[in-house]
Amino acid sequence: MNLYGQLFCTFAKIGTFTIGGGYAMLPLMEKEIVERKHWIEPEEFVDAVAVSQSLPGIFSVNVSIFTGYKLKGYLGSTVAVLGTVLPSFLAILLIAALFRHFNENIYVTKIFNAVRPAAVALIAVPVFTTARHIGVNLKNIVIPVAAAVLIWYWGVSPIYVVLAAAVGAVFREKF
Amino acid sequence: MIYFQIFLTYLKIGLFSFGGGYAMLSLIQSEVVDKHAWLTSREFADIIAISQMTPGPIGINSATYIGYTVTGNVVGSAVATFAVCLPSFIIVLLIARAYAKFRENRYVERAFSALRPVTVGLIASAALMLMNRENFIDYKSVIIFVVAFVLTVFFKVHPILVIVLAGVSGVVLY
Repeated sequence: MNLYGQLFCTFAKIGTFTIGGGYAMLPLMEKEIVERKHWIEPEEFVDAVAVSQSLPGIFSVNVSIFTGYKLKGYLGSTVAVLGTVLPSFLAILLIAALFRHFNENIYVTKIFNAVRPAAVALIAVPVFTTARHIGVNLKNIVIPVAAAVLIWYWGVSPIYVVLAAAVGAVFREKF
Repeated sequence: MIYFQIFLTYLKIGLFSFGGGYAMLSLIQSEVVDKHAWLTSREFADIIAISQMTPGPIGINSATYIGYTVTGNVVGSAVATFAVCLPSFIIVLLIARAYAKFRENRYVERAFSALRPVTVGLIASAALMLMNRENFIDYKSVIIFVVAFVLTVFFKVHPILVIVLAGVSGVVLY
């Protein structure tokens, strides 16, 4: 298989086997593209992760663009992204098409009545794990609290919150 | 022009979502549920649960699902998924060429350090926006929420298992 085919298959594999998405992909990605394929050096992988985290967009898509570009330029990055996206695209399409018909089923209703609060809990968890991970303390806790209240209570778009934080940080040191 | 609206909305989501999957949810929610009313808060919670159990990143999953639900066909899914990836393409390719310079820039460094705590706020707002009467229909919902939270945090139970257990409890409780 040529390099394009390998790029596609490797990222399709990563896309298929990471359930839940996001950072859950990280260990598998490192194993495949650093340890098995030696496409990028371990230090470069750390860089790719750091860049992908700090840039907007979907984390794993960013990493696949970065890796694909390094190996085979623009076409390489396109192939890598297609590999990452396709498994989830096809799986969700199937579910979206089927879910409409299952929606009125009494058991599906019962199941989802209970699944919804559990899904909310799964989002509440990373609030605390991320806070601990990035070192939120008494000094900077006002930032996440203000961001959450602005978006949730006042309905401010997260776009303005992100822009305000970035601009505020750049200008704070200047004055 | 619904396809154009979907394209613009997901382009925006791809361009302005920082901090990965969960942090992205607040922006997706504010656009898709609050602004365009393409989905109810209840349907949005369903998608999150489904995303937890299916392969791939939650940003792609939601784009594909919402694109399909809003238009009723595959084209909607493809448009949303393409749009959410497009900004990444442009930005990552620009940055990949000048990575070192980019990271060393004082202002870039400072902006990112401020965005990190904001990410926590984004995730919190996504959770808060979903805590409503649509998703918490009675006291049992609150119990399920607390149990799911405790299982995940203190017993490190895998999210897929949490969703499956919640589903089973739904058949018994409702």
